[in-house]
Amino acid sequence: MLRIAALPVAAVALSGCTVPAFGARPGPTTTSKSVFHLWQGFSVGAMVIGAFVVLLILYAVLRYRRKGDAIPKQTQYHIPLEMVYTVVPILIVFGLFAATLVVENKEVANPKTNVIVDVNAFQWGWKFSYPGTSTVVVGQTTENPTMVIPVNTDVHINLTSTDVIHGFYVKAFNFSRYALPGVDNQFTIRAVNTGTFFGQCTQLCGLYHSLMYFQVKVVTMDQYNSWLSNNSNPSAAQASNTANQQQTSTHVPSKPTASSGAN
Amino acid sequence: MTDVLNPPVTTPSDDHGHEEHHGPTGILKWITTTDHKVIGLSYTVTSVLMLVIGGLFAEIIRFQLATPNANLVSLAQYNELFTMHGSVMIYLFAGPFAFGGLANIIVPIQIGAPDMAFPRLNALSYWLYLTGAITMLAGFFTAGGAANFGWVAYAPLSNSINTPGAGADLWIGGLLLTGFSAIFTGVNLTATIFYLRAPGMTMFRMPIFTWNMLVTGILILLAFPVLTAGLVMLYCDRHFGTHIYSVTGGGVPVLWQHIFWFWGHPEVYILALPFFGMVTEIIPVFSRKPVFGYKGMIFATLSIAALSLGVWAHHMFTTGVVLLPFFSIMSLLIAVPTGIKIFNWIGTMWRGQIWFSTAMLMAIGFVVTFLIGGLTGIYLASPPLDFFTHDTYFVVAHFHSVVMALVLGGMAGLYYWGPKITGYLLNERYGKIQFWFLFIGTQVFTFPQYLLGLRGMPRRVAIYAHDPQWKLLNDWSTIGAILIGVSTLIFVVNVAVSWKKYPAGDNPWDAHTLEWFTTSPPPHHNFYRLPQIRSERPTWDYNHPEHRSLGHGKHPGLGDPHPEVVED
Amino acid sequence: MKAEAKLMLGLGLFFGLMCAVYWNWSLENAGGVMMFAGMLLGFLPGGYFYWWSRRMKARPEDDPYATQAGGAGVIGSFPGTSIWPFTMGMGAFLVVLALVFGIWFLIPGLGLVGWAVLGGTSEGRRGGKV
Repeated sequence: MLRIAALPVAAVALSGCTVPAFGARPGPTTTSKSVFHLWQGFSVGAMVIGAFVVLLILYAVLRYRRKGDAIPKQTQYHIPLEMVYTVVPILIVFGLFAATLVVENKEVANPKTNVIVDVNAFQWGWKFSYPGTSTVVVGQTTENPTMVIPVNTDVHINLTSTDVIHGFYVKAFNFSRYALPGVDNQFTIRAVNTGTFFGQCTQLCGLYHSLMYFQVKVVTMDQYNSWLSNNSNPSAAQASNTANQQQTSTHVPSKPTASSGAN
Repeated sequence: MTDVLNPPVTTPSDDHGHEEHHGPTGILKWITTTDHKVIGLSYTVTSVLMLVIGGLFAEIIRFQLATPNANLVSLAQYNELFTMHGSVMIYLFAGPFAFGGLANIIVPIQIGAPDMAFPRLNALSYWLYLTGAITMLAGFFTAGGAANFGWVAYAPLSNSINTPGAGADLWIGGLLLTGFSAIFTGVNLTATIFYLRAPGMTMFRMPIFTWNMLVTGILILLAFPVLTAGLVMLYCDRHFGTHIYSVTGGGVPVLWQHIFWFWGHPEVYILALPFFGMVTEIIPVFSRKPVFGYKGMIFATLSIAALSLGVWAHHMFTTGVVLLPFFSIMSLLIAVPTGIKIFNWIGTMWRGQIWFSTAMLMAIGFVVTFLIGGLTGIYLASPPLDFFTHDTYFVVAHFHSVVMALVLGGMAGLYYWGPKITGYLLNERYGKIQFWFLFIGTQVFTFPQYLLGLRGMPRRVAIYAHDPQWKLLNDWSTIGAILIGVSTLIFVVNVAVSWKKYPAGDNPWDAHTLEWFTTSPPPHHNFYRLPQIRSERPTWDYNHPEHRSLGHGKHPGLGDPHPEVVED
Repeated sequence: MKAEAKLMLGLGLFFGLMCAVYWNWSLENAGGVMMFAGMLLGFLPGGYFYWWSRRMKARPEDDPYATQAGGAGVIGSFPGTSIWPFTMGMGAFLVVLALVFGIWFLIPGLGLVGWAVLGGTSEGRRGGKV
């Protein structure tokens, strides 16, 4: 049942370029591509149903304008018709649900991997540390701290928050997740294209929420390894154990300035 | 059966119509009234005022976002503005307008009752609502400004460390007051509908608006106490040193989200169902047909209510700590009864004689706008697509399609029932101009926001200097907001222009339900006489005895065991 | 009365089923407890209506053939104008302000609420209006 319902999605996935993008982008990760195809599938459905209903409304509105004082037939029920538009939506809904499950299971899967990044969100910035190494990247607001990850590798991310709830959102990955205080949120991303991708906090977290930027840089495994060794900083690793705000790292944080605070 | 089809007009049982004419006058009359029509009118006027206030906040927000790095308001002021915009619109406009305003006036008359079941509780509801609104808005006049943690007040941002100050406490206090007001209204509506129906007005002869208000009342009773409890705990966290929502003391921040959305999602239907009901009254009247699939409509309303309790965590998919498949399928299933409603509305218009009055135009605008909001809601019920769009402008656009549909429905309700309440019609020409501004403005306002969300613009950001390419779409959205603002001005002008100018008469629309059987405005305790009630359209049956609703197959009147009633 | 009973019992039953499925599946307590309470809210009035529906004959509003004359008689007592809802509302307002601006607001606040409780009840007991 689940596979049959997933067929349309597979069909959409196979014929990828012929189906319009409906405003979304495939993105550089494996999951972002599945989400994109799911998006296309939902959009085709929504467009077909929406167009059908709007045409019905337009037809009714134009065709049955009041032309006289005649009172139309007082029809109140048409049971077969009502059954049709109850049962058909239920079938559609279960189809959508099956397609959802396929992509969802992909997204929540956590395969074992050696590349792990601890992402810690705080007011108002990000700290990316790489367990097992001494590399720590910290940056506040417009400093745009950069998380470097290797391409074609599963990257396991542990997402936490120091204070309030933040949203880890990289637009290109078609993915977001809350950074919750007291919760260790874990997910895996696997980028298949290199590049630099913009990220931003999406969950309101106080005054400088608008400025809580970061970047994700996807590089080759060699570049990643050399980046790690170039940026290892024993003192930073020690410092990061004590507190987030006192860092000596690749980025020198500063309080938000007047310009970044937008008056 | 002629005596059924041409029922004798009878005087209602006990003559309520003539007592209490020597009460106080002037402002004391307004303060001491227990008449549901006066209370409902107070509610309506207050909530429309709140719509204007919330709308002004929205216009400021849109002007701020018209340029990427605007400094019309500061970051702090911006946070206050969108928090209060959301709070005013959700807590102080949409709900109170529907279940305190129009429902308060219309429901007792639709079921032939002399008043609400608890008139003094009804008056108390209004005073709690008014003082709650004042309390919440008073935050702007405190030193720290109004509440600024968003209308959802997520813990731990809403605790006393991250949001100190009286503004947040006033927000909590205001919400406690309006919450109790809503609970009392829910009690009142449910009791009135269960116990004060006129003879012959069986449950399955109640107009759909009354049905929807009954279900709204039940949902209020389910949902609002949860919010009130959550707020009390939030206040304790802020002031009494408890750690219910804070990690440091062993609490769970996500608990607030569970509690808030356990209220918040039924609240979505508490807001929407009354407007569904209004539209379901209006479309049949102006199509000159009974509502298509009356029983299916009730079934749909009940299923929405039943499912609404099990979908709250679809607001929390990205927390990573909720059961995704359960909430996904429950949320997707709600599309089914909603779809039934939309098809029933189309079925009602089908082969009808549609009169494009302003109320009807607004109702059709509601259906189209709600369709858009509903279809985009289906995306959000799918966790992967929610991860994709959560907390971006896509979500903002989705729920603004929905709530702007409610505004269209509310305007339809005002144009439709306004004459019953005041005795005077509104100007139709101004009304139609208002409709086009409102309808086109709504689409121009929301469509760019859908695209902005897909391009990654997060909610609740005051500046987007990083992404100046978002400016064009934001500008279109601002133009839409201006059009909506203009439509509101046209409405105000319309009220001024048509002030006591076009007497309505008892039944200007040739409508179906009992409220059109009495005078406009209705007398104290509503009725001098009542017709026999033999279907859900007693006034229509009285006026057009030869055009009763056709039953289906062997099943005649609903809830009616006697087939001969509709054998004409 | 039967339709009302069926409605509330049906809602309660559905909430109960949903609660059972959800609680067993997710093991998350907050939502489980709230859904359980939702079920009770369906069963409580539903059970009451059902109990009554078996003990009383159909009311005029439940009878599809009822005439208006059939409903004759006093259907209840509706109060006339009353100052007490306003008094109580203002009292509640002051109580809430006490949460924000200081505990001393409680004195006039609770005073007004208490006064309104007394006044409202005695007004109801006098029952002069209808």
